[in-house]
Parts: sequence; C-alpha cells; structure tokens
Amino acid sequence: MYHKTTSYRVFNVFNTVFLLVLGLICVLPLVHVLAVSFSAKSAADANLVNLWPVEFTTVAYEKTINNPVFLSSVWVAVKRTLIGTVLTLVLACLAAYPMSKESSTFKARNIYAWVFVFTMIFQGGLVPFYVVIQNLNLINNFWVLVLPGAVNVWLTILLLNFFRGVPKELEEAALIDGAGHFRTLISIYLPVSLPALATLGLFSMVFHWNSWFDGLLYLQNKSDYPLATFLQTVIVQRDMSSMTFNPKEMELLSQKTVNAAQIFLGALPVLVVYPFLQKFFVKGLVLGSVKE
Amino acid sequence: MRGLKRNWQFHLMILPSLLFLIVFAYLPMAGIVMAFQDFKPWDGVFGSEWIGLENFRTMFERDDSIQVIWNTFIIAALKIIFNLVAPFTFAILLNEIRKAFISRTIQTLVYLPHFLSWVILGGILLNILSTDGGLVNRMLTSWFGIEPIFFLGDGNWFRFTVIASEVWKEFGYGTIVFLAALANINPSLYEAAEVDGATRWKQTLHITIPSLIPMAIVVGTLSLGNILNAGFDQIFNLYNPLVYEKGDILDTFVYRTAIEDGKFGFATAVGLFKSIVSMALIVISYRIAYKVANYRVF
Repeated sequence: MYHKTTSYRVFNVFNTVFLLVLGLICVLPLVHVLAVSFSAKSAADANLVNLWPVEFTTVAYEKTINNPVFLSSVWVAVKRTLIGTVLTLVLACLAAYPMSKESSTFKARNIYAWVFVFTMIFQGGLVPFYVVIQNLNLINNFWVLVLPGAVNVWLTILLLNFFRGVPKELEEAALIDGAGHFRTLISIYLPVSLPALATLGLFSMVFHWNSWFDGLLYLQNKSDYPLATFLQTVIVQRDMSSMTFNPKEMELLSQKTVNAAQIFLGALPVLVVYPFLQKFFVKGLVLGSVKE
Repeated sequence: MRGLKRNWQFHLMILPSLLFLIVFAYLPMAGIVMAFQDFKPWDGVFGSEWIGLENFRTMFERDDSIQVIWNTFIIAALKIIFNLVAPFTFAILLNEIRKAFISRTIQTLVYLPHFLSWVILGGILLNILSTDGGLVNRMLTSWFGIEPIFFLGDGNWFRFTVIASEVWKEFGYGTIVFLAALANINPSLYEAAEVDGATRWKQTLHITIPSLIPMAIVVGTLSLGNILNAGFDQIFNLYNPLVYEKGDILDTFVYRTAIEDGKFGFATAVGLFKSIVSMALIVISYRIAYKVANYRVF
C-alpha cells in the first residue's frame, strides 16, 4: 500500500502545505485590500498595513456610502442585474426548448442552432457595434446595459443540453393530455430544471454585476454608470471628481483607504453569492462541457 | 409549409431570441463593410468613401499595428499554455489529498478569483504591485533584499504580470474539468497496479496522466480559438502608455484608434482581421476536437 510508505507520507505533507499556500495566495490580496479599507489614513499612506487593519476605523466606508454617485451606481447595477438576468433566462428557456427537440420532429432546428452558434464564433467588432447602438438611440440609455446581451448563446446551449435529459415520457403524457408546447415547457420542463436555472441565473447575475465596458462606452453621465463602470473610472482611471473632501476629512481619509473600501464593496455581492455559486457551478460546468 | 403549420409554437418560441440576434449580432456584422471605407461618422455607411483594401494595407505597413499583432499572439499563446499546464498539474496534486475537508477548502479558495471582475482585480493589483510601498514589493525587499520592481511600468515585467495574474485568476476554475475526468478513472486500474507493486509515482505516470490526456487535448484544442484573444478586460485595466510597446494588444489598439483617434474604418479593419483569424481557428479546432475526442457542443 503506497499510502503507508514513508516517502509518500512526506510527499503528502509537503503537497498539502503547498496547495494550501496556493489557495491562500488566491485570497490574500483581497484580505489585504479589506485590511487597508479599515485602516487609518496615516497607516495606509505609510504602507504599514499587511493583512490586519491598523488603527481600525470605518470612515472610508462612511464616506463611500454617503457619496450620491456611488449610491446611484449601485442602484443602476442592481437594476441591470435583475432585469438583465430575468430577460436572459426567459429568452433562453423559450429558445432552448424547441432547439432541444430532435431534428426529425423539428426540421428547422439545425438551421436555428447554426444561426445562434455563428454569433459566438464571429462578431462584427467594436466599431460596427457602436454604430448600431447609436442608430438605435441607445447611447446614454439605461437599456443599452440590458438589451444587447439579452440573448446569451452559451447559456442557451447549456439549457438546451439539460432539456435533452428530461424524460420523453413526461412530455408525451402532457401532449396527449392536450397541452400545447408552451404549457409543456412551463408545467413540465421548468419545474424539473429549477436547479439548472438557478445555476444559470447566478452566472448571469455575476456576469451583469461585473460588466463595466458597456457602461464606459455607451454612457456619458457618471450618474448613469453601473457600479462596475464607476469603480473602473475611480480605481483605474483615478478619477476622484465625484468626491469632495472637506479639510477635516482630509486628515482622516486617503485615496488609498477609500479606493480599498470601494473595491471591497464592489466585490461583496459576488462574495455573498459565491457559496451558492460553488455548490452549483461544478455541476453546471460539467453539464455543458464534458459529455461522453 | 406543413412543418411550419405543425411547429408554429416552436418558431414562435425562438422568434424573440432571433430578433435580438439579428439586431445585436447580425446587423453589426453587416457593419464590417466599414473596414473597406474611409468611414466618416457624419457621412454614415452609405456616404463614406470606398477605399478597397487600403485599411488592411495600412495595418500591415504600420510598425505599431505589426507590433500589436505580435504582442497579442505572444501574450495569448503563453496564457493558453499556462492555463492548460497549471490546472492539469494542480488537479493531479489535489487528487492526492484524501481528506475531503482540506480538499474542499482548497477548492473554495482557488475558484474564487475567477468570479471577480478585472476591474476589481485590476484595482487590487495596482495596489499590491505599486512600487511605492505595494505589498508585493515590500515583501520582496524585506525578505529577499530585492529592489522594487516596476511590474506595471516596464514592458517585460508587464507581460510577466499579465500572464501570471491571468493564471492566478483562472487556474483554479480550469481545474474543474480535470477533477471531473479524474473522478471517472476506473478504480480497478489502481487496484491492479497496487497488486503489481507499483509506487504512487508509477501509478500517476502510467494511469493518472494518460487518463487526463484526452481532456487536456480537448481543452487545449478548443482554446486555440483564443490565439488572438489576449484579454481586453485585463490589459485595459492594467496597462498605461509606458508599456504600450510590449503590452498593447489588438482589442485595446482597436479601442484607442476608434475612440481616441477617430479612425473608424481602420479600427474596423483591424477588428475584422482578428475576427476572421479567430473564426478560422475556432472552426478548425472544433473539427479536431470532434475527430480526436468526439467532442460536440450540442
């Protein structure tokens, strides 16, 4: 038994330590940012903070959540995430159901499938896309964050593959009872697909919450930005114009601690759903990508 | 026609998605005619002057666009290689850990960065990689006595940082498919090897690794389509004019030539070049994956 040999035991100890260190490296940068966000200006600016706050304070968070531009960007992000996810899921369910049929029952299926898949392998590119958005009068319009990405082909394919696993007998029984296809989809397919829909919904939510480029490209007013775009301008472009500091605050706050607080608040919703996501995504990923 | 009558519900169900795709995917595809124009926004697609392949000739004559294609290729190729090797190795090592609790903890930690956006991670990296007392440079100085490194200000270090941080973000998530493949290995193979007195190293070499090769071929082949996808989100949030020479990629180049310089026709042509090369590689790689491993998308 190899488990009992000394060399394997030595290996096992080193291996466990090595992998745990790798795991920690994946989260320590986030812990560091969290520590900076709760530290005092003097400690943060003097680079004294490592993984634990120095002179604990919450002023950076107070300043952030009292910034009206920050608050409005959170609201835009919440709106786009909810509306976008619901729209994507509804469209995906509707399209995945007929495309999950064999081409013997639904001849046009293969044509539709190629029309969908082709959009994944070829895109018009940034400039033509911008011109289309402009001609649709979607510039500076909230719906530019939701409509262009409403059909998620990858998600539709995952759902299509899942629908194929639904026992045919269930569907046949419903059709014999006189139910149409809409009824069959709603009362047979959707209830048995709830775990899959939950997975795809969470993925779509994280995707929407993290999207920043569309906001930067198509929206000009800071007050219309979703949170991810707002963070991009503040953290990466270092645009602090939305915040004014009075002299008293200048003593307590530094750009470093405020930025750290904003980074952490931006990541927080993803961290909150992460445990649920992890429970589902292994299944979801395997469902779509690994097949015999 | 009989099919339409019988299956009208099916067509109706697909119709909404189809309309969205026509407007937001196929209409922009029609817009690639701009690549053959000296496009002026005020003249529009129908009023702008046609200049044939002039934009493409400019692309292959300008030193900066050649450099950008080269940068894109190098960064993307290295990402593809390391995003294959790192999860492959990590999955094998993780598979040796028998205590489910430890294994699950490690997985929870390494999957996390995949779900954070490059805006968040870019913000974190700008912070910890700063030469002005960033966490990483402070550690390098106090532990090894190394002078602060310009991770994001020096071209070569920038490429290194981009690839290392990409692997850091994605290796955990990439492990999942390999762990699934490992779980499918027939345990009797190991039992037989055990009876024959094979050490764990021998078992890894002759059972584990060969069992993972088909999955590695699928993952590797399918990622070929990304050979000109060096990661817009990441580069855009990390780069600055100091590292354009080594770190500017096709997507960021298209963005700047279009948005900042207003050369719309030229930017469309560069984008089209990327799209065509990517499409060709995707089609080829899916054919290979289908032939070799019987992989199908749907």
